[in-house]
Amino acid sequence: MIALSDYLILSSIVFCIGLAGIFINRTNIIMLLMCVELILAAVNTNFIAFSYFNGDLAGQVFVFFILTVAAAEVAIGLAILTLMFRSRGSIDIDVTNTLKG
Amino acid sequence: MLNTYLTIVLAPLIGSIVVGLAGNRLGRTLSHSITILGVTISTVLSFYVFNHHVLNEGEIFNQNIYTWMQIGGLNISFGFLVDNLTSVMLVVVSFVSLMVHIYTIGYMHEDEGYTKFFSYISLFTFAMFTLVMSNNFMQLFFGWEAVGLVSYLLIGFWHHKESAIEANLKAFIVNRVGDFGFILGIALVLMFFGTLDYAETFSQKDQIIGLTLFNDFSAITVICLLLFVGAMGKSAQVPLHVWLPGSMEGPTPISALIHAATMVTAGIFMVSRMSPLFELSDVALTVVMVIGAITALFMGLLGIVQNDIKKVVAYSTLSQLGYMTVALGVSAYSVAIFHLMTHAFFKALLFLAAGSVIVALHHEQDIRKMGGLRKKMPITYITSLLGTLALIGFPGFAGFYSKDMIIEAVHYSELPFSGWVYFAVVLGVFITAFYSMRLLFLVFHGESRVDKHTEEHLHETAPSITVPLILLAIPSVVIGYFTIEPMLFGGWLDNGIYIDTSHESVEKLKHHFHSAFSLISHSVMTLPFWMMVGGIATAWLFSLYRTEWADVIQRRFKRINYVLVSLYGFDRLNEIIFVRGALKLGNLLWKISDMAIIDQLLVNGSARFARFVGSFIRPVQTGYVYHYAFFMIISLMLVLGWVLVASDYSFYS
Repeated sequence: MIALSDYLILSSIVFCIGLAGIFINRTNIIMLLMCVELILAAVNTNFIAFSYFNGDLAGQVFVFFILTVAAAEVAIGLAILTLMFRSRGSIDIDVTNTLKG
Repeated sequence: MLNTYLTIVLAPLIGSIVVGLAGNRLGRTLSHSITILGVTISTVLSFYVFNHHVLNEGEIFNQNIYTWMQIGGLNISFGFLVDNLTSVMLVVVSFVSLMVHIYTIGYMHEDEGYTKFFSYISLFTFAMFTLVMSNNFMQLFFGWEAVGLVSYLLIGFWHHKESAIEANLKAFIVNRVGDFGFILGIALVLMFFGTLDYAETFSQKDQIIGLTLFNDFSAITVICLLLFVGAMGKSAQVPLHVWLPGSMEGPTPISALIHAATMVTAGIFMVSRMSPLFELSDVALTVVMVIGAITALFMGLLGIVQNDIKKVVAYSTLSQLGYMTVALGVSAYSVAIFHLMTHAFFKALLFLAAGSVIVALHHEQDIRKMGGLRKKMPITYITSLLGTLALIGFPGFAGFYSKDMIIEAVHYSELPFSGWVYFAVVLGVFITAFYSMRLLFLVFHGESRVDKHTEEHLHETAPSITVPLILLAIPSVVIGYFTIEPMLFGGWLDNGIYIDTSHESVEKLKHHFHSAFSLISHSVMTLPFWMMVGGIATAWLFSLYRTEWADVIQRRFKRINYVLVSLYGFDRLNEIIFVRGALKLGNLLWKISDMAIIDQLLVNGSARFARFVGSFIRPVQTGYVYHYAFFMIISLMLVLGWVLVASDYSFYS
């Protein structure tokens, strides 16, 4: 039998991988988007696990919403990326620092 | 009657506004017709009012007609107080104003600002009417400032002249000094009486007796002195007289109207109107009398050394204003108003005659370049002669009665220093006769010193100039004879003027007065008459008989001459203390408060402070997304961790 804590540990690990990906990754923005997806996946795992163990379907319904939003977000993110590449010729993270004070 | 009073005030205002706004479109003829019509209406109605109030002893009219503003419990209204004093002033102001309006047609006909000039003098007439008809201190102050404003505009009428601009600035600033005292006085009246209405103030005047200000000063004395400071500014008393000679930079008609006949006498009128207050303070009256005597004597002396025809008349005006102030000081208010009236006629006449000479000589004002004009300009000469005789107090002429009455009133006064003041005013008669006749002799008699070119074209001026001269000459000669008895002793002014029983000059005057005619016959036995004769003789001696003697005396008494020519150094003193002082103060404020504190410390300082703080905070903004994300996560963790630790929730339950 797989206990609730096992799911939570798994999702924590996935979440941390996602976070680490955001912090450590210095190459390009697509990797960033993928890491954000990993974090969302970790959250979804939590939702489903709690939903299953508490017998409340609301959590699983929530997951569908998150998936939808995530899909839309990726679509927009990729579109921005394409435009950025067109105007700058690069999608390196180190180049995108125009907010520097 | 209300409609009559309103029409008197508003007719010139409407004329002024119409001509002021549409003067260029209306053209010259229509412009002067409109303004002259307005003033004519006022003049006719003024005579009607005079007839109603003075001759038929009408009731005093005192009514508020419009609430100007309301501040707390204080109602500031626009209203009329018309009694005999006001009626006399109305007639004088409107008549002289009408004469000046007509005269201006001839005098200004070459000027570009023709319509503007008419608009201004009509506006002045309106302002003067509001001043004399006011029934409260605030409206008085409004009229006071409005006449000052128009005076400023008209002194600087020829604004392309540097000297005119300086003169109008000077007039404006010196008048501000007087007005400052005046408004402080009004504020004290409000403080002690709680009202600005004349009638209410005067009805409770007794309750101020014995009250003090700052525990040391008698309240009524302080009030009267402050009000008198205002009168000193407007009526050009020493030491605030410096603006009046400068005001001669303006066109001659306004010198006659504003700076001789009406506006400068506003101070005299005001003090007479405040007679119930001034009567309560002997100290204030003494100050008024002494200041007046100083002005009368010393400003007259300056007239002797002036060579500008208008300046001589201007110093003569100062001296005569001094006489009126002396009369106020000895509680002979009706005598002051009497002299104000006669002076308004003959001094306006003298100024307009001077203007006539100036026009004929193509704006030459130096009397050393005149002479012998008698034959070329007979009407101007005759009218000037009549005006001069009135001014020096030749028996029978208007000025004779008024000046004689002032001198007699001083003689009967029991105030301290009145002996000295008597000496000053009697000596003043000699000086007046001397400079007036000197002017007359130098301009109209003797050899002609006019340059050849002008001499050929010299002729009598246009009828629009000579007719007002003739019309003013008539009252200058006869008005004293006809009005002395009713005005001083017949109670014409009794309902506007209050005299305390302890001040007996007018009573004694009345006691010694028999008839206007007997004054003439007795005059040969009086000191002032012989002073006048002496003045005429001296003037004849120095300006016609032995002209070179004047130069000899000037050389012999260099010091005295220097003192007179430098106008006692008042201008120098003002220049050193006030002008340079103000400049230094201004520089100081500019450098310290403006440049150092506001610009450097506050404005630039706050910007510099923001930049300074920013230099520490700026490196935090790296621009890299992962740094922002890192900070967000870390801060979120810290906040969540703090919530967990701080709350009762236990991980291990």
